[in-house]
Amino acid sequence: MDDRISQPGFRDMGINGPLTSESDTRETLRHAAKYRDKMGFKDYFIVDLDTHHVETSSWNEIIEFVEDPILREEALSFKRKPDSRLGTVLYHANGGMFSQSVSGRIPHSNLSPGEPRDDKTVHPDVVPLRRAMDSFGIDRMIMFPNALLQIGTHPNIKIETNLAFAYAKFLTEVVLPGDPRLKTMALLPFSDPDACERMIEMYGDHPSVIGFSITSVRYSPVHDNKYMRIYRMLEERGLPLSFHAGFNWQDGYLRQLDKFITMHAISFVLCNMVHMANWVMHGLCERFPKLPVVWIESGLAYLPFMMQRLDNEYLMRQSEAPLLKKLPSEYIRDMYHCCQPMERTNMKLLQATFEAIDAENRLLYSSDWPHWDFDAPSIITDLAFVSEQGKRNILGENARRIYKKL
Amino acid sequence: MADVFVGYRSEFQDGSRKLVTNDRLEIGVFCVKDEFYAFLNSCPHQGGPVCQGRIMPRVEEHLSAEQKSIRMSFSEDEFHLVCPWHGYEFRFATGKHPGSDAYGLRRFETRVEEDKVYVRV
Repeated sequence: MDDRISQPGFRDMGINGPLTSESDTRETLRHAAKYRDKMGFKDYFIVDLDTHHVETSSWNEIIEFVEDPILREEALSFKRKPDSRLGTVLYHANGGMFSQSVSGRIPHSNLSPGEPRDDKTVHPDVVPLRRAMDSFGIDRMIMFPNALLQIGTHPNIKIETNLAFAYAKFLTEVVLPGDPRLKTMALLPFSDPDACERMIEMYGDHPSVIGFSITSVRYSPVHDNKYMRIYRMLEERGLPLSFHAGFNWQDGYLRQLDKFITMHAISFVLCNMVHMANWVMHGLCERFPKLPVVWIESGLAYLPFMMQRLDNEYLMRQSEAPLLKKLPSEYIRDMYHCCQPMERTNMKLLQATFEAIDAENRLLYSSDWPHWDFDAPSIITDLAFVSEQGKRNILGENARRIYKKL
Repeated sequence: MADVFVGYRSEFQDGSRKLVTNDRLEIGVFCVKDEFYAFLNSCPHQGGPVCQGRIMPRVEEHLSAEQKSIRMSFSEDEFHLVCPWHGYEFRFATGKHPGSDAYGLRRFETRVEEDKVYVRV
């Protein structure tokens, strides 16, 4: 208490500087915790379908799990040098990642946060995630990596496959046991369909692996016949398939965009637009009608575009998509969409989008924490045009319906 | 309305801040270029702790007479408060977002009297 503050009831908070990348997640999210209590989130079941694990900070542990002895030796050879900077050895870098914090303006989005992780009972990577779950009032948090989202552009398929398996093993054996609320959708090494099948066989029954994910940054047409067995395996096991968007500054078109803002705005949508167009127009919803498909981190504004664009052209060129039994927009509405980053600068357009995609029954909350454009659960509860039950559905009940292991 | 004494002017260095609260309101008091500003510590975007963000000079882009982009620079006169949650920037002078007046912080009047700094709440 600062007794020099004259007005009764006012006190000095002792805060004299900005939050930094060293700040504790609980302080960064202090306002989220206040909102959690105000809204009574303890009475909600909240599932965050997309939170990011800064796996590069544990890279030296992850490469220990690389199966291939030659690749593992290559990776570990860097580690043994006492003066070497390990970095993300084996990883195929995609430039621009470090622009996420807008030159340090958004400190929590830095890739190497200096937050003290003083809880020694769990792996250090669990500590900030647990703090975020507690602050937001989240009951289940689905972990995705950062850098590995670009794994699909790796020139060496063997490395893509080995890193996908190493990461799955690291998560399931080291990180996820630290908190039963943490889950994942294991990455499919999609360049190698046989390895994808092996991944599903290995982790399909794991209690913390609630589904599987394709990293959307890749040049792999999802309708290729070589993938049909994968989709069938997931459908038979009742395991949802998700497409997680990412950016790709190396793509020919996107290389014209020299600002992070424009590259990010287009790139995170473009990859999922391409895969969604192939998924719908090649009739994969008809071929695997019981396979829940989830689209992650492309926001929502692109969906009315996709629905109208594909419907418009389908009606003129139905012969090119003979497997479809209804309009493309109806298949898009049947699938599931994660909200983040939920564009809401025009609430009328957002409301129309909610109606078009049957959001109250199909939309899934995702935070994307700790990234720079994360969405707190308040973005759903603050919506005036959504019913109370619809808000509960979006925040967790829709996810609980399709993810059997939640 | 009441004037809350929040500290002595001499305690505030250029670019410094102090946060005060009565548990209902959190208010950030800033000293920037010898002027005092006070804002509610709640970003209109998602309720982030805007008063716990960085103070950054406005970024400017300079064009030639032919409308060619020459360079970008930091303003020496204008500073923004940046919300640490998502990067929304706000002008100290107006509390408004530099790109749209539709987004603004709740401002409080400040008063300096005999080395004492007050915020009107």
